[in-house]
Amino acid sequence: MPNVDVSSDSKQVGKSSFRDLLVSQYFVIIVILLSLGIIMSFLSPVFLTTRNLLNVLLQTSINITVAVGVTMVILTGGIDLGVGSVVALTGVTLGAMLKANVPIPFAFLIAVLVGALTGIINGLLVSKGRVPAFVATLGMMSAARGLSLIITGGQSIYVFPKSFLNFFGIGYLWFIPMPVVIAAVVVIVAQYSLSQTRFGRYVYAIGGNAEAARLAGVKVTLMIVITYLIAGITYAIGGTILTARLNSAQPIAGVGYELDAIAAAVIGGTSLSGGIGTIWGTVLGALIMGVLRNGLNLLNISSYIQQVLIGTVIVGAVLIDRMRNKA
Amino acid sequence: MDQKPFLVMKNISKSFPGVQALKSVDFDLRKSEVHCILGENGAGKSTLIKILSGALREDSGVITIDGEPVTLDSPRKAHELGFATIYQEFNLCPNLSVAENIFLGEEKGFKKRGIIDRAKMREKSKEYLSKLGVNILPSAKISSLTVAQQQVVEISKALSKGAKIIIMDEPTAALSGDEVNKLFNVIRYLKENGVSIVYISHRLDEIFEIGDRITILRDGNKVRTLESTDEVPRNELVALMVGRKLEDWIPKVKTEKGKEILRVSNLSRAGVFENISFSLYQGEVLGFSGLVGSGRTEVMRAIFGADPYDEGTIWFDGEEIKKSAPSKLIASGMYLLPENRKDQGLILQMSICQNITLPKLERISSVLKISGRKEREVVNHHKEELSIKTPSIRRLVKFLSGGNQQKCVLAKSLYSESKMLIFDEPTRGIDVGTKSEIYDLINRLVVDGIGVIVVSSELPEILGLCDRIIIMREGIIVGEVEREQATQELVMQLALGEGGLD
Repeated sequence: MPNVDVSSDSKQVGKSSFRDLLVSQYFVIIVILLSLGIIMSFLSPVFLTTRNLLNVLLQTSINITVAVGVTMVILTGGIDLGVGSVVALTGVTLGAMLKANVPIPFAFLIAVLVGALTGIINGLLVSKGRVPAFVATLGMMSAARGLSLIITGGQSIYVFPKSFLNFFGIGYLWFIPMPVVIAAVVVIVAQYSLSQTRFGRYVYAIGGNAEAARLAGVKVTLMIVITYLIAGITYAIGGTILTARLNSAQPIAGVGYELDAIAAAVIGGTSLSGGIGTIWGTVLGALIMGVLRNGLNLLNISSYIQQVLIGTVIVGAVLIDRMRNKA
Repeated sequence: MDQKPFLVMKNISKSFPGVQALKSVDFDLRKSEVHCILGENGAGKSTLIKILSGALREDSGVITIDGEPVTLDSPRKAHELGFATIYQEFNLCPNLSVAENIFLGEEKGFKKRGIIDRAKMREKSKEYLSKLGVNILPSAKISSLTVAQQQVVEISKALSKGAKIIIMDEPTAALSGDEVNKLFNVIRYLKENGVSIVYISHRLDEIFEIGDRITILRDGNKVRTLESTDEVPRNELVALMVGRKLEDWIPKVKTEKGKEILRVSNLSRAGVFENISFSLYQGEVLGFSGLVGSGRTEVMRAIFGADPYDEGTIWFDGEEIKKSAPSKLIASGMYLLPENRKDQGLILQMSICQNITLPKLERISSVLKISGRKEREVVNHHKEELSIKTPSIRRLVKFLSGGNQQKCVLAKSLYSESKMLIFDEPTRGIDVGTKSEIYDLINRLVVDGIGVIVVSSELPEILGLCDRIIIMREGIIVGEVEREQATQELVMQLALGEGGLD
């Protein structure tokens, strides 16, 4: 696993291979994910079918995509509360463009630019303006939502070209749904840049100790802006997938996405104080929530109860992880 | 003063991973005395006082009070037994008033109909404060007080809790000359009233002025306890501390002074430093001496682009530096090793490898990829060169000892391939062995033609290492001495100013 040395010292601490496994940073989440899977497959005959598992991935793909962006932001020591609103804003931008018969690639590009722009604003506020990330992105949460409502006049935009829906929403690559393919690409690119490139190293350094990073010559302001910018792009991709899957762009879409994304990151071992975490962890975190939701749906458990259970699992996973780290 | 000690520590040992901090040390304290502990950084002073304050537990040894064995297993227990520690960083709540701080946790004693009787609390505070001979308003907020005043509040707080033994860790580090005198008056008052004081300081003059007995520690061992401050002459005392003569452990290499690499002209920052002008040459070690707070660090940070400055010009390697930032200066060949390695020098949760290569990742990476092979090669090279002790270069730096952490900071600077290095307190808090390795390294660097600035509060270090010494006081340069003319007394006199030294 690349980058394991960032947050774990298992190579040096471990005396035996079993001990290595126990202290491996993903141990707890993998165990939780597998146990959930096993329990679900006993309770529901449908759970362990290829079709259903692909469905879990499909349902999780948007959360995974935006959680990648949120994870990067959290790694720098920040937070992003504007995820859902920017997903909606980029979605309606895209929808409006498509309605205006802008070619699909350009419409997508413009949505991505809008996402990037919100990220630049967040990044500048946080790094140059020294506004706490919580506050800056809280502002974005409200402003982007408002803008989406203004653009659409509060109405949904719907009926889009078939080729757009196929590519971003309902099509398949071989047997894998396109949203899953897109999310996978986002995950791989992000994990690669975090673990293999200078940019990734700087992100961890800034989250670990921004002052030490600055004194070591890291351009902290620039790197933070780039991170929020990349996050904005992932939200635009998320917004695009959502629009294509629903065949409609809604100004009120994406409410609560930020919380799912932050939860995925935190369950996956990302430290809210920055500098620790990986994209793999976030993917596992998102899958835990996805499997849980899917299983509970299969079992016909009411969505009210689901919310309670999911809340419990989020806190429980992190609690177990913290206790294990203390031991 | 020949009474029997009431507090006795016998055969106290304490070790940390990789370091034996205390080896069978004996220490005792009499009523109404000021017992000074003297030793270099890393001699074991802070470990000893941490044991006394209950912050650390000894590995072996016995502590008795009035003949009764006691266990100091928590700070609370130490408080109950009458110990109070005044650390360099105070434990005060800046947003609360003086009175609220003095009686923090004791509010029960001021209950009046279920609420706190503030008037009574202020009155009581005033009593303590006036006893100590200071004029501080009990209703003033801590954040509005000077460091010296805050210190007195700390002492009042200790007294209000019935402290019999007050441990002071470098209490004068941040005080001006006048404030030091006031503190000494407070200490004398405490003595007269039966309080005993364990006093830790690097400043010999203070120890001679205020101390009754002196215990000298070196490398975790007790060297000797002097029954009075005039038992041995001063220079001998230094020899006891250091264990060998200065020249032995800082071998100075003679180098050729090359061309000018840095010129600073009239650098000023309002309220911090003023009119700083000096030059640094290749192959030269330039020392910056002065008391803590004299502005040395701030000047260095401004030169390195880490802090802003208002006026002045900096030429580095023949070019004027405008709009400086650390990233820019590192790229053009300057590197600063900050004074606080944990907060500024290292990213603790990253590996040795990742820390060392951070200043110039370009050296080992293309646009798309950091080369793991190249990274291992260069890091292993520096690991060998500096003998960083670690099972793996992928180990996180937070698991290393202080000395090895400092070596990682040094490795960063070497890796940055700089033409000029600024060392801010390069040997703070590390053991003597590592210290001399660092001195060797600095000597090697200047032989290679690198210009080095050393900022240090340790006079022997400055005197032993540097070709030239600039002394700062209260934000201005007050003197410059060549190596040949420099003595501890001369440098100290300049640093303290008129009347600072008898």
